[in-house]
Formats: sequence, C-alpha cells, structure tokens
Amino acid sequence: MWVWQVRVLRGSKFSNMRYELIPHTADIGIRAYGKDLRELFTNAAYGMFDIIADLDGLTPSVSQSIEVKAANREELLAAWLAELLYHFYTKQIIFFDFNIEKLDDTSLDAKASGRHVGENRNRLKTEIKAVTYHELKIEENRAELSATVIFDV
Amino acid sequence: MSEKTQWNGHLEKIDDYRWRIPKSYKTGMRVDGVIYASEEMVKAIRSDKAAEQVANVAFLPGIVKYSLAMPDIHWGYGFCIGGVAATDIDTGGVISPGGVGFDINCGVRLVKTNLKEEDVRPKLKDLVYGLYNNVPAGVGSKGDIKISPQEERKLLVEGAAWVVKKGYGRQEDLDYTEERGAIKGADPDAVSDRAYERGKNQSGTLGSGNHFMEVQVIDEVYDKEAAAVFGLAAGAVTLMIHSGSRGLGYQVCDDYARGMIATLSKFGINVPDRQLACAPVNSEEGKRYLGAMRCAANYAWANRQCLMHLARGVFEKVFGMGPKDLGMDLIYDVAHNIAKIEKHSEGGKERTLCVHRKGATRAFPPGHPDLPPRYKKTGQPVIIPGDMGRNSYLLAGTEKAKETFYSTCHGAGRLMSRSAAIKAGMGRSIKAELEKKGIVVMSTGRETLAEEMPEAYKDVNEVVNVVHNAGISRKVARMRPLGVIKG
Repeated sequence: MWVWQVRVLRGSKFSNMRYELIPHTADIGIRAYGKDLRELFTNAAYGMFDIIADLDGLTPSVSQSIEVKAANREELLAAWLAELLYHFYTKQIIFFDFNIEKLDDTSLDAKASGRHVGENRNRLKTEIKAVTYHELKIEENRAELSATVIFDV
Repeated sequence: MSEKTQWNGHLEKIDDYRWRIPKSYKTGMRVDGVIYASEEMVKAIRSDKAAEQVANVAFLPGIVKYSLAMPDIHWGYGFCIGGVAATDIDTGGVISPGGVGFDINCGVRLVKTNLKEEDVRPKLKDLVYGLYNNVPAGVGSKGDIKISPQEERKLLVEGAAWVVKKGYGRQEDLDYTEERGAIKGADPDAVSDRAYERGKNQSGTLGSGNHFMEVQVIDEVYDKEAAAVFGLAAGAVTLMIHSGSRGLGYQVCDDYARGMIATLSKFGINVPDRQLACAPVNSEEGKRYLGAMRCAANYAWANRQCLMHLARGVFEKVFGMGPKDLGMDLIYDVAHNIAKIEKHSEGGKERTLCVHRKGATRAFPPGHPDLPPRYKKTGQPVIIPGDMGRNSYLLAGTEKAKETFYSTCHGAGRLMSRSAAIKAGMGRSIKAELEKKGIVVMSTGRETLAEEMPEAYKDVNEVVNVVHNAGISRKVARMRPLGVIKG
C-alpha cells in the first residue's frame, strides 16, 4: 500500500513528519506523530486543518480558548479535534497554531490561533464533516507516540 | 509505514449476486452478513475493510435476519457505506448514530423538465454558470435564507413543507418527497444549541465533496410505461440534486455518537468499533437521538427543496420560459443516510423494525401504502447518482426487495481514496477532460474535481446491474450528465 508523505517539518527524534495521510476509501485518515501527548495533539490538529485549507504562509491573528474533557486520551483527542472543527464552522477561523496549556488523559486546556476564513476563502480545500471514532487509536512506539484518526469528508 | 487494508475473511457464494459472511466468522456476530455483489466485484470489495464492517454490524443487539451490504459497498466508519441493518425494537433492538452517519438524510432528488438535449446544448454554459452563481456551495458556505431561532425549530418539525409555505416551491412537491419531506416525531428539544448554531446559516446550500447539482439527459429507457408515469422519455432533460443536512446533521451525529459511547456499558452492549455505539430504540437515549435525527432529516428535505427552487429560477431565467412550459416537476426525493421505524412482516408476524440505511435507499414495492397514488403501480422511484463522467439511474422498487427490508443501492460507491484520486489527477485537467466529452463542470473546491473524478468511483452500470439482476429493484431509465456543479 502506498503512503503519501505530506510535508516534512520539524518533528520528533524518530520521525520527521508531523502527520501523514493513511489510505481510506471514502474518507480521509491521518496518522499524527509526537514525542509526547502535547506534541501529538498539536500535530493531529495541524493535520486536520492542513486537509481543510492551504496553511502555507499564514500567520495567526485571532485566538480561541478550548477546554475539553473525555473518558480517556483517545476520546479526548477526538473531542479536541471536534471542538476545533466546531469553532472553525461557527467562528469561521482556520486554526494552525496550538498552545496546549494543560493536558492529561482526560482533560485539555488550550489556546488555538489562526486566521478568519474571510479573505482566505480561496485557501479552503476540503470540507471535513466530522471526526470519527472508527479505528481511533493512540500508540506508543519506543519514545514516540502516534495517533490514527479518520475524518468524515 | 505501510497500511494493510486487504480483507481475507471467509465469503460463501449464495448465488450469482449474493455472498455470505457466516456468523461463525467472528465471535459476537448475532446474524450472518450478506453482501450483494457480482463475482467480479468481490475482488474490489476485499481490497478494503468494508466486509469487516458488515461483520461488525452483525454485533448490534436486536439485529434481524442479517447484516446487509449493497453492491456499492465500500469502507466507511462504523457501518460500511451501502450497509443496511434492521433491529427489532420490541426485543431491545438498538439504534446507532453511526448506522445513519454524520450527513443525516443525505439524499437525492430528481426533477423532470420539458426540455430536450438540443434545447439545452446551446445554452449549457449559461445554465451551468447560472446554477453555479445562484446556488451557494463549497466548504462552510452560507445561504441567503435567514431564519430566526424560533422559525428554525418549526423548520425542523415541518421540513420541506415549511420552506414551501415560505414560497420555496409548490405544494405538490411534497407529494413526491419521501415522508412528504417531514418525518413525524422530530423533537427540536433534542437538538443541541451547537447543532442549531451550525445549521442556522446553511439552509439552501449545496455543501461540498460529493454533493452536486447535475443537468442530465435520459439516454436509455428500460421500462417505457413506468418512465411515462414518472413523466420521462428518452432525450428528456432532467435535474438531479444531491445534498444533505449540512452542519446541523453533522453536529447531531457527533453529539449522540459521543453520548452513546458513554452509555454502552450501562446497557451492557459490546460492539467492536466505537463508531457503532448505540442504545436501545426504546431507551431515553435512543428516543432522544431518534427525535434529533428526524429534525436533521427534515432540515435536509427543506434544504433540497430550497436548492430545487433556486435551480428552477435559474432555468426560467436562462431559457426565458415560465414554470408551466418548463414542466420542472419533482419526480421523487429519497434519503440514503437514515434510520426509519417501519413495519415488516416476518413469517406471518408483523414486527416493528428500526431500519438503518447507511448509503442505501428505501425501495418500496408497487402497492405500498406510503407511495403517492400515481406511483402505486410502478413502485417507488429510486434515484441512483453515478459519477460525473458516466451515468446515473432511475430505478423502481420491487416486491423481491422484501429480503433487503425494501432497500437497494444508493450510488456508484468509491473505488479510490480521495488522496489517491488527487494523486492520479496531478498534471491533468479533469475539467478539460470532461469538457471533451461534452460535460460542463464548475466547482468551488480546489481539489474537488480531482477527488471526484469518474475513475475514483465504481462503474454505476455494474452496481445497478447487480441490484436489477438480483431483483431488489429494477431499471427504468438511465441518464448521462450534461452539466455539473460541485461544492
């Protein structure tokens, strides 16, 4: 099976990728990487918005506080992404800069920053309808974490 | 890192068009899985995890007879796309938001016109550009229809009838809409504030991805008599609209899927995929989801009604004709992501079932009491959109579809992932390729055309041949695209 490496950016010791796309027939899946949970959640969120819009060269001008709770860290990841998606649709903000202030397995406080859709409408690429729980998992491999998330598009 | 998606599970051939996954395949399956497919399709079906999902759905408490998949089956989340499952609500049968999907009442409507291809051809570009400019589409697009929160609650209960009352269409449009465009039992209190917020600006918007509006011509008629009842003949131009419940539906599914993961243990339910989270239909949780889902379904019917109204206006302007001369009557509107409470007789006994159709279409037989009088003899019109380069179909329901709880396929079914399609489309202009075939395409999304290229889909002709030959619906007419607008 092919894997399409999306972008090479700063990253952890064991991976030079923030995330990669994984094959799924109808929808879009990503595998995000991080040296710890904080980086993993940041990269998963970045991956989601990188699918939604062309983020190249954007600098943040607006911020949004995010607080989510869930039963475990996998569901917390889904809740975090769903929360960002909700703010994207209702406040019309494309997020790409994430400052996670507090994070454990069941709760997260963060500040997400980005740009209003407004003059960036032509950067929009793909409508992500929702974050699914299908095959949702966080795995630890040596010193690295990876998360698999499938989006309904 | 490579991904293995090949499915090597056990499939038994039942006959030329049906394949069984025996319940012995996986501990926890309550019934067999049955997939409708031709021998040639089985290879493609094995290339992703859709068949595993058919087996997973067989875990649902109260599931009746079998977990079904239509020939447009492909890998989804929770249910496969093309999945049908009925649960007996009087014996603890469940409802699963994942068995409906995020785009609640995603569906299709087909509109006839009195125009012929030769009338449309000279003005095709004007028509497609007119539709593109007048129908809001694309990621998070907003509509012109502004409604107050109080009115939105009414819209969620009254569905298409509410927008008709506001001047978006005609009373008789409702006669030719599944559930008359408003399913009973919608509960606006079960819809979260967030869902309202995401829905409020999106009435009358097409959406994105595979949603479209398409001008077509009938290029083959298989049943002249039925086609005449539907007001169609070879050479006639039709309009097809594919859209759903937009952000409101996505949020309803998200809210309830999350809630039902938390209550799985309370009901002692064990499912192999969190996206199959469910609750008994007769529980508080089940009833609330059903009430909210029906609101989203009604929103979708109102939305497609608005879209049709906008399109009629564009046709009138482009062709300088009045509604009467244009003859743009609604043939039918079907939902293909929905759960319905229906009565089905099994072994002489009537049972009340919750029928999940996830990428599958209801297909009632001739004589069914829910059909409009004009369609009593033909059976329910079933609308099957294909990809934008090949064909779409109009089918009719049959009595044999009793074996599928009166359900059939819903489209071509994807073959390629979206990213694979974009990769295959690099350096190509899908727009120019289609224009060479005489098809004018407009799209807002930068990557939509590549994602939606014809070769990303199965050939709808093969899918329809399976349901026709298996007898679970029958061919009436085939359309081919002239002009397409995409989100």
